[in-house]
Amino acid sequence: MTRKHYDNAPISAEKFMNELWRYKRGSVSRRHFLGVTGLGTAMAVMAAAVPGLAPRKAHAYGEVGDKLIFSTWPNYHNPVNIEEFTANTGVNVQINAFGSNEEMLAKLQAGATGWDVFVPTNYTITNYVALDLIQELDLTRLPNHDPSAQNPLFADPATVNGKVYAVLKNWGTTGFIVNTTNIKSGPKSWKDFFEVTMGEGSGHTIVHDYQLTTIGAALLALGYSFNSIDAGELAAAEKLLIESKPHLFAITSDYQPGMRSGDAWMSICWNGDALQLNTDFPEMEYVIGTDGGEIWSDFYCITKDAPHLEAAYAFVNFMLDPYIQVREFASHGYATGDSRVEAMLPADTANNPILFPAAELMSGLEFGAAQTLTDPIRAEVLARFKSA
Amino acid sequence: MAATVRGVSSRGSWLTVALLTPTTVWFLVMLVMPLIVVVIFSFGERSPLGGYGGGFTFEQYANLPSRFTAFKNTMTYAPLGTIVCLLIAYPLAYYLAVKVDPRWKLLLLVLVIVPFWTSLLIRTYAWIFILGGRGIPALLEFIGIEGVRLINTPGAVVVGIIYGYLPLMVFPIFVSLEKLDKQFLEASNDLGSTPFRTFLQVTLPLSMPGVATGCMLVFILLMGEFLIPAFLGGGKVFFIGNALVDLFLQSRNWPFGSAVAVTLVVIMLVTVSLYMRFTMGGKTGRDVSIM
Repeated sequence: MTRKHYDNAPISAEKFMNELWRYKRGSVSRRHFLGVTGLGTAMAVMAAAVPGLAPRKAHAYGEVGDKLIFSTWPNYHNPVNIEEFTANTGVNVQINAFGSNEEMLAKLQAGATGWDVFVPTNYTITNYVALDLIQELDLTRLPNHDPSAQNPLFADPATVNGKVYAVLKNWGTTGFIVNTTNIKSGPKSWKDFFEVTMGEGSGHTIVHDYQLTTIGAALLALGYSFNSIDAGELAAAEKLLIESKPHLFAITSDYQPGMRSGDAWMSICWNGDALQLNTDFPEMEYVIGTDGGEIWSDFYCITKDAPHLEAAYAFVNFMLDPYIQVREFASHGYATGDSRVEAMLPADTANNPILFPAAELMSGLEFGAAQTLTDPIRAEVLARFKSA
Repeated sequence: MAATVRGVSSRGSWLTVALLTPTTVWFLVMLVMPLIVVVIFSFGERSPLGGYGGGFTFEQYANLPSRFTAFKNTMTYAPLGTIVCLLIAYPLAYYLAVKVDPRWKLLLLVLVIVPFWTSLLIRTYAWIFILGGRGIPALLEFIGIEGVRLINTPGAVVVGIIYGYLPLMVFPIFVSLEKLDKQFLEASNDLGSTPFRTFLQVTLPLSMPGVATGCMLVFILLMGEFLIPAFLGGGKVFFIGNALVDLFLQSRNWPFGSAVAVTLVVIMLVTVSLYMRFTMGGKTGRDVSIM
């Protein structure tokens, strides 16, 4: 990956990420991290200009209970933030990590989850509203939410029939990660991805346990839309997946352990995870398919029957604090779509190709479509592929 | 006299009813009713957004062949896992019950139990790292054996099964060997049997109840296993348990999931009753003749 455009920046992306990991691992203090990356100055200037940006004091939250059940994705939060929330409010956060939106929907549909807050993806929200599983948000209880700062491209799915049901968490892309030490042919498209899977990288590829991305990848490789629900196209995708199955290392959405241990050489990958892997293993490169891919945004939603509603609002509001969001970014590496947060990141973050793909690649990306979540054929294709 | 007898018997039957009520209620509410629901669901249709959509159809049962591989895997690995567990557990249980110095017996037994203090989930997760590229294969590479792949193979699933289920096999066998009357062995010896023959004709038959119980425990649980194949098979060695998890927790096809579940229950009932006829039946006869 060329990084020449970083050379004149005050701190290179590489150095920034290195500092960030050092901070994350606890090797350096927060002061050191903020100082060396320039974030501290940015923060101080911002905080002075906008008093609302200073970290909230404990008393700001009042009595919000002592428990919160939160369902989200793996490697998607900064533990420091969760600890700070608990320290500030006395609310203990129980975190459940999921591998797919379908799994979250299944749990919610079965009822009585006890969840308060969860993190669904753009294409699921209209379904959750239709099934009456999430509640309209009272934005006056989320003072840290600034609608004008949100990038509408990513934030729009939060509003259904004129009502706001969600607030934007992060956005990203779905491509694939390649360990270039092992795979030399430089795959550039999903077509290449499946060719390498069945050739050079046989036995070392991971696909997600997730209908949207795994079926989507196969559809793109065949030249169809990522979101297709056409029975004929899905049958072709199923055939490709089943054909490649003997060559796969695993079918799992938790692909970081396999990539890190060196067992897997290539995996369908979300870009923040790619940034995490690329930072620790520079030989791992993130590829957005020239034949397309997914662009997505994730949201915070509160369930219809949230047992700890006060804590839920307090938690979402806490997580929307731009300062907290910067720390979240430091941990997971996903962009926010919140201009207040982007202003606090080093200038060259905006040039990071893993976070912000080139325009010509970006234009080929599709948002997941609502009908893929509930389409019975897609669900059955993935289930048959796994049980084949 | 007659009055007393009647008094005793009526008090006795009242007591019987009182003692059996909690079990019966539990059994009905927690087992029979859900099972009826599952059977009803299995003849229904998937609702458009997932879940159960009512109706009456045999479509779900007609779709069963699409899960043939999962049934085949379960029906292969469950008996295989049971037999391998038995082969490993029997000598271990024999050693613990018969051979070991009594001073160490308790300690060794505790060591067999200790793994149960940690969740199977966590212990199985540990195996991901032991069998993964930086675990045993790295060690093998160090001594010159390269390119060994352990994780996400059928072998890894078998290792996980043995690790997870071994104690369930050891204990029933241990108990039946433990209470084995040593006088039988002496008698056999006095009558001129070789130790090997004594083992085959006295020890082994007397420990059969333990073997049968252990095998049944392991086999039944293995038929529903999904965690080990998902973790150590990388989702590629797919059991019927995984198909069920998938149908209920991902594709939300409850009717088809119910049909698969009902089929699994039927297969299990048939297998277990055949098994009981062959093992338990034979054993009871021999027991009686020995006594």
